[in-house]
Amino acid sequence: MKQKKLLEVHQNNSVKISVRREWCKSCGICIEFCPKDVLVPDDQLKPIPENIDACIKCGLCELRCPDFAITVEGVEEKDE
Amino acid sequence: MKTVIDRYIREEMFPHIWCPGCGNGIVLGAIIRAIDDLNWDRDKIVAVSGIGCSSRITGYVDFCTMNTVHGRALPFATGIKMANSDLKVIVIMGDGDCLAIGGNHFIHAARRNIDLTAIIINNMIYGMTGGQYSPLTPTTKFGSTAPYGNIDQSFDLCELAIAAGASYVARGTIFDPRQSTSLMKKALDKKGFSVVEIISDCPVSYGKMNKIKSPIDMLKWIKDITVSKKAWEGLSPDEKKEKYAIGEFLSKDRPDYTELYEEIIKKAQETGGNK
Repeated sequence: MKQKKLLEVHQNNSVKISVRREWCKSCGICIEFCPKDVLVPDDQLKPIPENIDACIKCGLCELRCPDFAITVEGVEEKDE
Repeated sequence: MKTVIDRYIREEMFPHIWCPGCGNGIVLGAIIRAIDDLNWDRDKIVAVSGIGCSSRITGYVDFCTMNTVHGRALPFATGIKMANSDLKVIVIMGDGDCLAIGGNHFIHAARRNIDLTAIIINNMIYGMTGGQYSPLTPTTKFGSTAPYGNIDQSFDLCELAIAAGASYVARGTIFDPRQSTSLMKKALDKKGFSVVEIISDCPVSYGKMNKIKSPIDMLKWIKDITVSKKAWEGLSPDEKKEKYAIGEFLSKDRPDYTELYEEIIKKAQETGGNK
């Protein structure tokens, strides 16, 4: 039924990258066009932000994701 | 945590039905971000669409929405705008929906300069019905109804809109969603008929027929075939055939149709119907 974890949150002290696995369709756009190679594909070709420390918060993965499955936020921002 | 997107979508409808890597989702994101930047009241926004993959957008956004018949999104939107000119009406169409089935409506909406924003997702093919060539499929490219290559000359949507009388005309791509958002913002804010064409991908139909296999390759291809408006002007006529200029082409002020119509109503009321 449901996959392992619906919302995977990866965080360091400057950035938080969330991947909504249920919505991701493994197109690979976020992984290919990340300018800092932050994202790597897992066994289902969904992104895992393994090199999160290299992230410059450009947000291109979020803007280009056709499925609204990845979000990037600065951690200093307060959650609503 | 709610993102900008989460605030405007009908979450129960997700994940959406579009294929992996489909540009429609990227365009939807750009539209939502443009509307959020403008800070408009969502109950005053009406999104109207026709038929096709792109027209599913109206099912996913939490504005007042209407999914109409094939090619007729603009006439329905015209009716909505004429009935209540306070509403902000956005019309979302695909290339076939807008320029083949609805081609006549498109040029006449531009001619009247009615205050609508038309966002046309141009994937250069009929994706939903199996890859038939559309009026925007470039010459020599392949479709399921053009197995030896398309011999038709395609429309230049932006030039067509300018010639027909639109107030705002621009072209963006899904490769650069930030630029697309800023073009949409200007178009939405503009009084009169505004047109934004977004060059999009269809990996399943266009990509398969034209041997651009993956969504990633399609995005790279879109990057290759587009140049900025300034760079485009410096190209030779032969080079221009292969490329699309992107950017803002026209932004002019012309009386919009609803304004003129209200003046007529006022005039008729003042004279009590006597000409």
